Amino acid sequence: MLKILIGRILTTIPALIGVVVVSFLLTRVLPGDTAAYFAGPAATPQAIEEVRKKLGLDRPLPEQFASYVRDLSHGNLGQSLTTGQPVLSDIKARLPASAELTLFGLVLSLLIAVPLGIVAAVRQGSMIDHACRAIVTAGVSLPVFFTGLLLVYVFYFILQISPAPLGRLDVFASAPAEITGFYLLDSLLARDGATFRASFSQLLLPGVTLAIFALAPIARITRASMLSVLSMDFVRTARASGLSRRKVIMTYAFRNALLPVVTTLGMVFSFLLGANVLVEKVFAWPGIGSYAVEALIASDFAPVQGFVLAMAILYIVLNLLIDLSYRLIDPRMRASS
Amino acid sequence: MSRSPGTGAAILATLSHARYVISGNPVTAFAFMLLGLLLFCAVFGPWIVPFDPLASDTAATLKAPSLRHWFGTDALGRDVFSRVVAATRLDLAIAVFSVALVFAFGGLAGIAAGFFGGWTDRIVGRIADTIMAFPLFVLAMGIVAALGNTVTNIVIATAIINFPLYARVARTEASVRREAGFVMAARLSGNSELRIALTSILPNILPIMMVQMSLTMGYAILNAAGLSFIGLGVRPPMPEWGIMVAEGAGSIISGEWWLALFPGLALMLAVFCFNLIGDGLRDIVDPQRRT
Amino acid sequence: MDRRKFIKTAGAAAAVSATGVSAPAIVTSAMAQSRAETLLIVSESGPNNLDIHGVGTNVPGYEVSWNCYDRLISHEMKTGENGAPYYDREKFKPELAEDMNVGANSVTFKLRKDATFHDGAPVTARDVKWSLDRAVSVGGFPTFQMKAGSLEKPEQFVVVDDHTVRIDFLRPDKLTIPDLAVIVPCVINSELVKKNATAQDPWGLEYTKQNTAGSGAYKVTKWTPGTEVVFERNEAWKCGKMPAIPRIIWRMVPSAGNRRALLERGDADISYDLPNKDFVELKSNPKLSIISTPYSNGVQYLGMNVKKPPFDNPKVRQAVAYALPYQKIMDAALYGLSKPLFGASAAATTQPSWPQAHKYNVDLAKARALLAEAGLADGFETTLSFDLGFAGVNEPVCVLIQESLAQIGIKTTINKVPGANWRTELNKKEMPLFTNVFSGWLDYPEYFFFWCYDGQNSVFNTMSYQNPEMDKLIASARSSAAAGNKAAYDKSVEGFVDLAYTDMPRIPLFQPYVNVAMQKNITGYQYWFHRRLDYRALVKA
Repeated sequence: MLKILIGRILTTIPALIGVVVVSFLLTRVLPGDTAAYFAGPAATPQAIEEVRKKLGLDRPLPEQFASYVRDLSHGNLGQSLTTGQPVLSDIKARLPASAELTLFGLVLSLLIAVPLGIVAAVRQGSMIDHACRAIVTAGVSLPVFFTGLLLVYVFYFILQISPAPLGRLDVFASAPAEITGFYLLDSLLARDGATFRASFSQLLLPGVTLAIFALAPIARITRASMLSVLSMDFVRTARASGLSRRKVIMTYAFRNALLPVVTTLGMVFSFLLGANVLVEKVFAWPGIGSYAVEALIASDFAPVQGFVLAMAILYIVLNLLIDLSYRLIDPRMRASS
Repeated sequence: MSRSPGTGAAILATLSHARYVISGNPVTAFAFMLLGLLLFCAVFGPWIVPFDPLASDTAATLKAPSLRHWFGTDALGRDVFSRVVAATRLDLAIAVFSVALVFAFGGLAGIAAGFFGGWTDRIVGRIADTIMAFPLFVLAMGIVAALGNTVTNIVIATAIINFPLYARVARTEASVRREAGFVMAARLSGNSELRIALTSILPNILPIMMVQMSLTMGYAILNAAGLSFIGLGVRPPMPEWGIMVAEGAGSIISGEWWLALFPGLALMLAVFCFNLIGDGLRDIVDPQRRT
Repeated sequence: MDRRKFIKTAGAAAAVSATGVSAPAIVTSAMAQSRAETLLIVSESGPNNLDIHGVGTNVPGYEVSWNCYDRLISHEMKTGENGAPYYDREKFKPELAEDMNVGANSVTFKLRKDATFHDGAPVTARDVKWSLDRAVSVGGFPTFQMKAGSLEKPEQFVVVDDHTVRIDFLRPDKLTIPDLAVIVPCVINSELVKKNATAQDPWGLEYTKQNTAGSGAYKVTKWTPGTEVVFERNEAWKCGKMPAIPRIIWRMVPSAGNRRALLERGDADISYDLPNKDFVELKSNPKLSIISTPYSNGVQYLGMNVKKPPFDNPKVRQAVAYALPYQKIMDAALYGLSKPLFGASAAATTQPSWPQAHKYNVDLAKARALLAEAGLADGFETTLSFDLGFAGVNEPVCVLIQESLAQIGIKTTINKVPGANWRTELNKKEMPLFTNVFSGWLDYPEYFFFWCYDGQNSVFNTMSYQNPEMDKLIASARSSAAAGNKAAYDKSVEGFVDLAYTDMPRIPLFQPYVNVAMQKNITGYQYWFHRRLDYRALVKA
């Protein structure tokens, strides 16, 4: 088991190196001149050249890359121009916000999409099946920023039942003591019901926005996976031996259909992290997605590189975890290790 | 899994199967009708619209939908209906070209990886892994920001972020067929490996790839819309759904709902249509799933 | 930053509630009270540095500096054209100084004896000198701004005694005193900052980036970059009337639609960062008050690169000026929220002021004739660039211009330049046709022209316009202003305005407005040359 784990980690190293190199090169060709930015609004071309030299931006690319890697190995991701802070501390402060939102959206989506997928598979070809398909496909067909703004309009502006889209907490409420960085968990741990409710209500709209977008892939794979399991011999046997329909579906079929669903979750998660970028912008969510977008628009290299690296590591770790859970769900995999 | 390369009879069989699937599946039938509408707008759009989609009319700005302006007018007095219809061509073009591009590169790379294996497989796999490890939307943003926001670059960026998907699907399908009977037969009759890959494997996995292509078409449109939302979309004054939604989204709260709603609906219908067709095609191509 | 302390208090609060003491009712009433004592500002972006002397400090950072630091002098208020308080360019009032004595070769300031920094240390003449030395030495924007008032060398700033500072003039310059009342020459707690300075960073820029080390009416108590800034009132402030609002929370809300919704719902108190359309529509909202003021010394214009054909030909530039849809831009792109700078009547005489309207208006026949005279009867193709950072106004403006120019045969491709790249592009001076805004803090015509039209070809002379006659007029305006010769000054100003409108290297489109929307219970908004909020005067009823 450990050997497999190490092997899996080793195979991710080339991808990580690729991410570091590509993100470095990509940010260097971004338009926008860091030196001109630092030199201020009234700088002469000569002053800009001086700043460029000072920042080391006049050196050849390989040299710049070497110093970038050297800094990386010391855990130094550089400084953001837009926030003025070290990128590492920015990311550390913002990652929990994004993670909480994405996981919340994912869980919400699972709660809806999995039952939908099961129903659609069990009643394959019926109107219910078609309706499920139409609903989830409509969800993934809307741009997330549009869904988000629409929800804000309806639930905050018209119906006035949602709190203002001002990030993770009401302006006048204070954050719970930081333990995990997830406000829901932290406020529960502190047994602070008011903060829990406050942060939950803030999380709801952006979470729903994300969840709507994630319905389709989850429902689709649940349905497909259920269909293939339902047609298998052991299900037919279970049915023939007179077990209740419910028991056959939930215990026999669903457990076996779970595997592809779990595998897809990794993909859906990274898909959601992408959608997250736009949702955070709509809801003023202080996560790393909005951070990266702002930085990219401002041609601010360091945060973009830091963000990409953080996401890549997150993605790889997540896939490892899924791999492991795969082994837990499927006894055959355990045996083969 | 693998079927022999299509003969005339097989094509007929597939067609009749398709008719069977569509007749039994109203949603897919609906999707094909939508596709027809979209294609019609894309081809004839500029000639059928009631107004010049680029002409401003500052005397009639921000008018609500009426008999004259079915979808209302925008901040510069341009007719939203005309713009929505005229945008179809550009949006479909972005989708079609990016998908064609990724099919050409990702699909072929995947076939090579699956069919030849070895170092080809490893290189393609590594490239796909690296791209997958990126947050895809941010990668697309980065590419467009770096290369400049033109339609071509949006197409390239969309193609790149879809590369892993195509490479993987094609690789799996190709490797399954590597030792299949018809490949063996081709090999025995003296065809080169490259020739086999292109003439036997490629047509054989084409149907599966079609499913993928249909699904990613929708994704490509959404991706372009997202880029527009953060200001990296096509150049004004070209009408494009994503930009129209992004610009109109700010006006929802002030009551000009039509600015975002109609292009949003058009965008949704297009993505919806491609997604449903993808699903439908899967049913046709992959009958096992239908049992 | 007080982040750690904040976390600690939050932890303590959580501990209290964990013991079961807290009840929702108490929380709510405390929240209601804090709401009444807190001003909630929403804007698109926030500061990246709390110190205006910092490297690459952005404009929101200027607002922090203005409210957290004091200067020697500031401006009095007067009533503006729109009836709202407007800073008085001519009248200065003491801030940290209690007396100002202007001589022929120097100015002497006597400092208030009771003023203290946020940490309690008294403000001395040494702090003033150190701060001014810093402003002229750190380079970048602060040094540039100081130079605009002939404040260039540390030797100019002399400590006479603990509470007296003398500033020696390098040359007679009308702008020296006004330049001491802008944001840059703020007074910093020198002992505190020196303690936190390092060999690589002798001016302690890293420290002041994160901390406000001033004597101003407010101090920053919490700063989460990109999310919020929290200010608390400095209860020991001595340099003016104690501000009415104890606490300011400034939140960044990227979506304009959401900012509007927050205002309309009454959740946010004030925002000056909305699209024009929203401001116009919010005017009819009885719960909100909107104040619009034209930018002082600010113009949005269409610039042409005069070094390259076809815009090297004045006839082509005039043709363009006759083909711009000025009124359409006012109506559809600006919703009327700008001051027109076009279509002055043919009989109008030039005024010794700036900005003022030119006499061009849409006349396509004349434009075509001018193009034909220039040998370009068939028109030409070019690129029209704009800064994406201000796409809300720039995009419709450019689309309308594109449409209008097409009618005289000039085909344009619109080029959106990302905000980060805009300054680089301007620096290159290669864009043939572009729209941009320039506005000067110091509201004097010769100041504007020195930066935008002078042959020294500064960054702001985006057209690369060089004309010895223009240079002569600008120089004579500067010298006659310093000498106090009003007649000669007026003549020079009228001269360079006329020349600018004949040669037309840049075509003024409009004078933008700075708009502020606030709840009806918020009063006391003042217009300042820097166009940012002055929290000290705001009152929440």
